[in-house]
Amino acid sequence: MAKKFLSGDEAFAEGVRLARPEVISAYPITPQTIVVERLSEMVENGSLRSEFIHVESEHSALSCAIGASAVGARAFTATSSQGLLYMAECLSYASGGRFPIVMMNANRSTALPWNIYGDQRDSISQLDCGWIQAYAENAQESLDLALMSYYIAEHEAVSTPFMVNLDGFILTHTYETVDVPSQEQADAYLPPYETENKLDLQHPRNLAFSAGPEHNYIFKYKAHAAMLRAKSVVAEAEQRFAKVFGRCYTGLLESYRIEDADYILITLGSIAGLCREAADSLRQKGHKVGVVRLRYLRPFPSEELAEAVKQARAVGVLEKDISFGNEGTVFTNVNSALLQAGISIPSYNFIGGLGGRNISREDVTDIFERIESGTERVQFIGVEVDDK
Amino acid sequence: MTEMIGLGRGGQGAFTAAKLLGAAYALKDENDYSLAFPSFGPERRGAPVRAFTKLDTRPVLDRSETSKADYIIILDETLYSDQLHSLLKPGGKILINSKRKKGENILAFDGSFLSEALHLPTVNTVMLGAVSSISGVVTVNDLFQAIDTYMPPKIREKNKQAVMDAAGEVFK
Repeated sequence: MAKKFLSGDEAFAEGVRLARPEVISAYPITPQTIVVERLSEMVENGSLRSEFIHVESEHSALSCAIGASAVGARAFTATSSQGLLYMAECLSYASGGRFPIVMMNANRSTALPWNIYGDQRDSISQLDCGWIQAYAENAQESLDLALMSYYIAEHEAVSTPFMVNLDGFILTHTYETVDVPSQEQADAYLPPYETENKLDLQHPRNLAFSAGPEHNYIFKYKAHAAMLRAKSVVAEAEQRFAKVFGRCYTGLLESYRIEDADYILITLGSIAGLCREAADSLRQKGHKVGVVRLRYLRPFPSEELAEAVKQARAVGVLEKDISFGNEGTVFTNVNSALLQAGISIPSYNFIGGLGGRNISREDVTDIFERIESGTERVQFIGVEVDDK
Repeated sequence: MTEMIGLGRGGQGAFTAAKLLGAAYALKDENDYSLAFPSFGPERRGAPVRAFTKLDTRPVLDRSETSKADYIIILDETLYSDQLHSLLKPGGKILINSKRKKGENILAFDGSFLSEALHLPTVNTVMLGAVSSISGVVTVNDLFQAIDTYMPPKIREKNKQAVMDAAGEVFK
């Protein structure tokens, strides 16, 4: 293992290199570009043996990855924002075909107003497309997810594509220390991709076919069941990961100081660290607060979340997303999980960071105070505008 | 936590300096951690650029832009303004590449003189040498290690010389 000073994008590229994808197809878009640049350099200098395909669009990038996966190759692509939306047509082809492609998405605002900075509206808009979705907090977790995502996606009980999300700039472009495992360790962790779901001259079969109303429905059910099975495969992937690399992860969510917490802030991505620090400061002043970081949005950790917040008096959800005319979609998912578990406590939605707007320590402290005192159900933090 | 804000213009290497400083600090010891990030956005030559470095003895969790810094390092003196003092922590200093700038909490240092003497196109590593002397957060050797790891081989020696010259000059 080697200690290196890397950005989130660079760390992810190192993880992809260690996973040895046989085909990489991608189109550059800020703030994802560096991942693709680094991987193309690795292929060029021979440190990664892979077919690197320069495509003319994101739609083609994912189409290529689907084609590669359909002949049994390990495939990688990466995108962001409008690029993800442009490949949206292909997202359901990948998931419906059960092709375990890994894609890194650099979370970025969607136009208009046009903006290259980070928020999570791009990936959250695609929650229903049938891909597993994970959200990294830091560069180390980004690298580690590059390896774990292949393990989970390619697992025969899952066989579902996997989108790893990194907050644009705040994670993709921030440098920090990362342990880069050796190729031997990575090979010990991640077996080569083996599947029967491929075009094979020895065993001809039909792939990516049509299915009428009667059978189509069964395929959707099976995709849903596979996504639910991914929950236990995530646990298996993390146990194996801890054994090989010595780093532990906590499943679909990560809890912080929730054991006796009256008020819990639920969030995701790179803002979670600041939320934990703010919680520490408030704890010193006697406030019983805690933090839950959702590491996965699909499969959604409904039971785990209900278990985590069942003793709390109120919860808040801080997310970089809004479903216009309703509320943040993470909030909707959280409320559904609480309802299913029969937990009836006040919940509040804090929309922040849209278009890359800074979320400060003061903002987070204020959010905790509002959860404790009660506040509007859905609010944009720091915005006081006349909406008429 | 020690926090630094670098100010320069696109092409002057403010972010490279922030990254080298972060790497020098984090790689010197198992228990040292840092974050380094630029002000985000499209890169344009000549446009003002900010770069942030956060150094601590535990993992740095706060990824928001620094609002109060221990040091503000200015590579291009035309970027100085009096408002910058509001971004300083109590006891914080502004280190500026300038022959003549004077004022409270301002440390002026003619970095361009040293970089020109070495025929270096940028003043960033000269200012890093000065930062090492003034702040003591990293040694010259820590910076050498970062330069050896993260700069292309062709420009390493000159930049190490720049760090050393500046570190020596500041003590004079």
